[in-house]
Amino acid sequence: MLDKEAIAKRIAKEIQHNSYVNLGIGIPTLVANYIPKNIAVCFQSENGLLGMGPFPTEAEVDADLINAGKQTITMLPGAALFDSAMSFGMIHAQKIDLTILGAMEVSENGDIANWKIPGKMVKGMGGAMDLVASAKNIIVAMQHVNKDGESKLLPNCTLPLTGIRCVKKIVTELAVLAVLPEGGFKLLERAPGVSVETIKKATLGKLIIEGEIPEMVFD
Amino acid sequence: MINKKVANAEEAISDIKDGDTLMLGGFGLCGIPENCIAALVKKGIKNLTCISNNAGVDDFGIGLMLQQKQVKKMVSSYVGENAEFERQLLSGELDVELIPQGTLAFRCMAAGYGMPAIFTPAGIGTEVAIGKEVRNFNGKDYLLEKAFEANFAIVKAWKGDTAGNLIFKATSRNFNTVMAMAGKITIAEVEELVAPGELDPNQIHVPGVYIHRIFQGSDYEKRIEKKTVSK
Repeated sequence: MLDKEAIAKRIAKEIQHNSYVNLGIGIPTLVANYIPKNIAVCFQSENGLLGMGPFPTEAEVDADLINAGKQTITMLPGAALFDSAMSFGMIHAQKIDLTILGAMEVSENGDIANWKIPGKMVKGMGGAMDLVASAKNIIVAMQHVNKDGESKLLPNCTLPLTGIRCVKKIVTELAVLAVLPEGGFKLLERAPGVSVETIKKATLGKLIIEGEIPEMVFD
Repeated sequence: MINKKVANAEEAISDIKDGDTLMLGGFGLCGIPENCIAALVKKGIKNLTCISNNAGVDDFGIGLMLQQKQVKKMVSSYVGENAEFERQLLSGELDVELIPQGTLAFRCMAAGYGMPAIFTPAGIGTEVAIGKEVRNFNGKDYLLEKAFEANFAIVKAWKGDTAGNLIFKATSRNFNTVMAMAGKITIAEVEELVAPGELDPNQIHVPGVYIHRIFQGSDYEKRIEKKTVSK
């Protein structure tokens, strides 16, 4: 089983050279720490920044410079600032190549739910509904099952949806899965030491297993 | 040059009254109009509808107005991090309309550009789409979302001149520019107010035509919501 850092490390391998990427809050934020040296990537923060750098030193902290998770950050050489309308303009114009975000549930046709639990938690969708409606590629980073041990990979989402037919790939503590255009979670890789049987038990939606499933490789 | 200068926050907000709809700039606590919020709390106006990406935290930003029960309705994209907000929401004291962040920005932008509405794919297939017109363009569905109508927009800029021209710093630009353009009356508070000619016209983010009142604020706290430093 992978810990959060290892999930982030595995997702980092999905990032293409010369791409613009938006990272959601939580595990996705950790992905920035594992980008291979030979890959050029530009991180977008939807509150109005391209070229987001690492967290600042104590001396560099600037209240006017934060990321979409409201954390203080820095700008890399070549960074650009803009307002919220332009930020979502570039998202909807599909200038952002990849969105990585967390989820409470994903369905076998790629629907995602991650913004509301009726009667319990209402924090809002923030920029998630925009990102999932328009990003060219969407990868979900999440735990395979919830705190009660119930699968989060379902035939249909039970929670209010964030977007429909949009998730392309999921990386969990157990596996890497592709969401097929015709529906179904295709098992691509197992976490080291995790059996196909374990993944089957943790997946309530349609799971497609073809041939030997390799273990994930970390460089 | 046309002069938009007013003395202070109290004068700037003097005609805001109970039941008005206000836009408030900022993202989290970054770039929020601290002086005007303080003046609104002091004035005690009630039944306000506030359009703002977030609702502040318990003891800062719009949270201060929530504490005084001045807000009837919030239109926001993300409202976590505020226990009093959550309590008022669950108890039914506060009406909340949650909308996608891009939709919030585009509905401001539409108002500032004189467009009655925009189309966006955000929210298609979700509860956000309920009751809204859907149009298909080139094989993809889009929701029709209307331009906001707000009596007042209140924004905070880094620098401004008395003609109302504004310049923002770093990510404090966020919703401030589009809201500045969207208010029927727009109030700008700035950290530094200068005479016309002192700002470089090449660097202006919002031209003064959109601004009705401007003043130099004071005692900015610029609270940081999640200070995160590298080890």
